[in-house]
Amino acid sequence: MGAQLRVYRQKIKSAQTTKKITRAMELISASRIYKAQQRLTAASPYSRAITRAVSAVATFSNIDHPLTTEPAEIRRSAVVIFTSDRGLAGAFSTNVLKEAEQLTQLLKDQGKEIVYYLVGRKSVSFFSFRKRAAIRAWTGGTDLPVFTTAEEIAKEVVGLFNTDYSAGGVDEIHLVYNKFISMISQEPQVVRLLPLEVVEGVETPGDSEIFPLYEFEPDASKVLDALLPVYIESRIFNAMLQSAAAEHAARQKAMKSATENADKLIKNYTRLSNSARQSEITQQISEIVGGADALVDTSDKE
Amino acid sequence: MKTLRVELVAADRAVWSGEAKMVVAKTVEGEIGLLPGHEPMLAILASGDVRITLPTGEAIKATAAEGFLSVEHDIVTIVARDAQLA
Repeated sequence: MGAQLRVYRQKIKSAQTTKKITRAMELISASRIYKAQQRLTAASPYSRAITRAVSAVATFSNIDHPLTTEPAEIRRSAVVIFTSDRGLAGAFSTNVLKEAEQLTQLLKDQGKEIVYYLVGRKSVSFFSFRKRAAIRAWTGGTDLPVFTTAEEIAKEVVGLFNTDYSAGGVDEIHLVYNKFISMISQEPQVVRLLPLEVVEGVETPGDSEIFPLYEFEPDASKVLDALLPVYIESRIFNAMLQSAAAEHAARQKAMKSATENADKLIKNYTRLSNSARQSEITQQISEIVGGADALVDTSDKE
Repeated sequence: MKTLRVELVAADRAVWSGEAKMVVAKTVEGEIGLLPGHEPMLAILASGDVRITLPTGEAIKATAAEGFLSVEHDIVTIVARDAQLA
């Protein structure tokens, strides 16, 4: 067998092995998207209800609460970045990190200091490679987030938010994560978590409208004290679930195109190896024919 | 007869939702009974039982811990970190 042919056979074999792996990963991700999506829908009534409750207090009462009022001056911001633990998911983590870099630039231009919280191994390696500091990182389990992690993150950021600036506290909190839009589209999102900004699901009441007078039990500030950490928790958990679903979708897409690529490679190399084999045969035939001719020629002369 | 729209949700799923005649829940200030036409309210839930009386007179019992109770336009939302039907 010719050397050329052997090289092609080797390449075909390696492409076939790769294809097996990417195909398996594609199928695994495809089955997990469904589960991740289900978890997202299952958790959404909770976050919707909490959001509605928070909007009610924020819209219908005028008590001043540190969590709802905008500080006079924002000097330090916390940014929570949600990436994946593992790669091979296309531009999934890169997109989020790029978005985070943009946010960093924007905040820096406004003269704010920035502290980071990282979720997912990919963001940790991104930061350690650039020798940048992060306060805390959570790794492992980005593809199957649990509520306790969200609780931990929420406790940490709310704690920092309630700390004074001089003691290292922050004045605002941003989340950067991939939002699951559909199987084929994920979009990096930047959300300002605190101070509360967008109150979803509630139309801003017109001036002439009479607000229903809310009754608070025990009282408005106590309700807010208890409600806001829960709200933050549910927003963070929602971000984690979105990110997990988006990760599976991105991985499925990336692995699908990798499998297709492997197919293309196998096809090309098969063609090349066929033509190498054919030319080898042609060469051998012409050698034999040439040899026979030479023998005939010599015997004729005798 | 007017009814209440009740939604009972836990952190990771919706536990129960439907129409009800009356809802009795436990807040930090004590037990509260809600009938249709109740004023808008937001309360902190104490861990305890939630009793929902259906329009048919049947009663549903659930336990809820760590959460909130909100009432608005005859919509009662009970949001708890842990909630399950008893």
